[in-house]
Amino acid sequence: MGHTLAEKILQGHTDQEIAGAGQIVQCRVSIVLANDITAPLAIKSFKAMGAKKVFDRDKVALVCDHFTPNKDIDSAEQVKLVREFAEAMGVTHYYECGDVGVEHALLPEKGIVGPGDVVVGADSHTCTYGGLGAFATGMGSTDIGAAMALGETWFKVPPTIRVNITGKPGQYVGGKDYILNLIGRIGVAGALYKALEFSGEAVDNLTVEGRMTMANMAIEAGGKVGLFPVDAKTLAYTAAAGRQGDVAMTPDSDAVYERVIEIDVTSMAPQIACPHLPDNVKPVDETSGLRIHQSVIGSCTNGRIEDMREAASILKGRKVDPKVRCIILPATPAIWKQCMKEGLMEIFMDAGCIVGPPTCGPCLGGHMGILAGGERTVATTNRNFKGRMGSLDSEVFLSNPWVAAASAVAGEIINPAKL
Amino acid sequence: MKVTGTAHLVGDHIDTDAIIPARFLVTTDSAELGANCMEGLEAGWIKRVKGNDILVAGDNFGCGSSREHAPISILGAGIPVVVARSFARIFYRNGFNMGLVLLEVGDDIEKIRDTDQIEVDTATGVIRNLTTGDEIASAPVPPFMQEILDAGGLVDYVKHKLA
Repeated sequence: MGHTLAEKILQGHTDQEIAGAGQIVQCRVSIVLANDITAPLAIKSFKAMGAKKVFDRDKVALVCDHFTPNKDIDSAEQVKLVREFAEAMGVTHYYECGDVGVEHALLPEKGIVGPGDVVVGADSHTCTYGGLGAFATGMGSTDIGAAMALGETWFKVPPTIRVNITGKPGQYVGGKDYILNLIGRIGVAGALYKALEFSGEAVDNLTVEGRMTMANMAIEAGGKVGLFPVDAKTLAYTAAAGRQGDVAMTPDSDAVYERVIEIDVTSMAPQIACPHLPDNVKPVDETSGLRIHQSVIGSCTNGRIEDMREAASILKGRKVDPKVRCIILPATPAIWKQCMKEGLMEIFMDAGCIVGPPTCGPCLGGHMGILAGGERTVATTNRNFKGRMGSLDSEVFLSNPWVAAASAVAGEIINPAKL
Repeated sequence: MKVTGTAHLVGDHIDTDAIIPARFLVTTDSAELGANCMEGLEAGWIKRVKGNDILVAGDNFGCGSSREHAPISILGAGIPVVVARSFARIFYRNGFNMGLVLLEVGDDIEKIRDTDQIEVDTATGVIRNLTTGDEIASAPVPPFMQEILDAGGLVDYVKHKLA
């Protein structure tokens, strides 16, 4: 029997024969990840397990990106704890200072994760690396503490839903719209405990950044992973990140799928997820005219250079509505620098945007853009749960960078084509 | 072990931001996290919990982030058991690792109303609604997870492997 991408990758990391969905397998992990919120708990569990050292100092990544630059004394204490652990264990991939970026943008960019890897992270958006063809999934801190100690973890082999995306998208439609559309169709539990595997012409035509945007939100449908085939684009991306030896990968032609979903993007409008769940998805025009107070462009979903370029293409020569806070957070220092080189920073500043450091910050209601009661934001982030970005009486609408930038200019939600 | 307490009903797709909002994630202390349990659902929600109460939820309970602070805050609030129609994947594994008892009952969830008195036998997974007299069986824990449970939980399981 042929293997899906999920089965194929897991098979490369276990001595057990993978027979199909539902089987429990012990797998060796390529990288174990935690951040400034989840690492303190993982370290607590690691110590309670009696572990004295991490299984491989080069295969543990600790990225302090959520509340950094530290927003208060308590978060500073948590980061201090993580830093001291990283020093004691000699962890190679520790990031906190001028080198820190949003973890799921940073690790691919540095070549720390790549095709065929099994990555576990104490962060639900670890699934982002599926865009590179890695079996990458979020877990809790104690599972991550165990994986840091043992270098392995257990998985239940997931059934796979294949999503075949065809057609040519119109202007201002991209990977974010594809994934929002899918979540809108199948719901926030539509892929619960399952793998999503993407294929089709529109997926082939996406950049690797666009694929990571899509894989990032697999968890928003309840999915364990969101996987893309590894093609020449992926290999060019990972080679540029300094990796060697990566190879192309496709699912077997006789792989078994639970079901296949077909999406044609030819006439798809830009999508928007309305409060308070990511599956409350509509074409953007159905929400146009709603006043906004904030627009956030960044995060592990849409904080990469392609996203910055898309935002800048709208903001160039225009002004943000004076009553709107348009907060732009390039996801890594390298993206920040690239924005400067390409003149995007000048566009953002001339438009009246607030440009901040790489941080998860407002996405999870941490800092640098918290909403008051009655306020509404458009955001290129991944979750719009009630109170996610601040007050329980605030509202978050999820969109692509073009829509977020255009709405900041208009002062209300708008289809960029109508700006 | 048998747990008897009042049922507190919450809806479908209760996310981890509802269970414990990010602003409280600056500590790993269970009492502190417990004091703010469900603060993202309704301000002051915790006041209704008397201790040893039982949380009763709809579909996909615990969706969203991987924060282990979520099951810790429920335990810290004095709630040892969550009964749900279904659980989100990461939360299920986390709750299990933290020693929070999670019972999946499907459509039988309809047999429990807010403030009903509930008795849960954590060994058999049988739930008795003392108010209505209904008895509900829950889905058994997957065998591999039962092995970890028998080893005393994931921390002890790893401790044994490392020894």
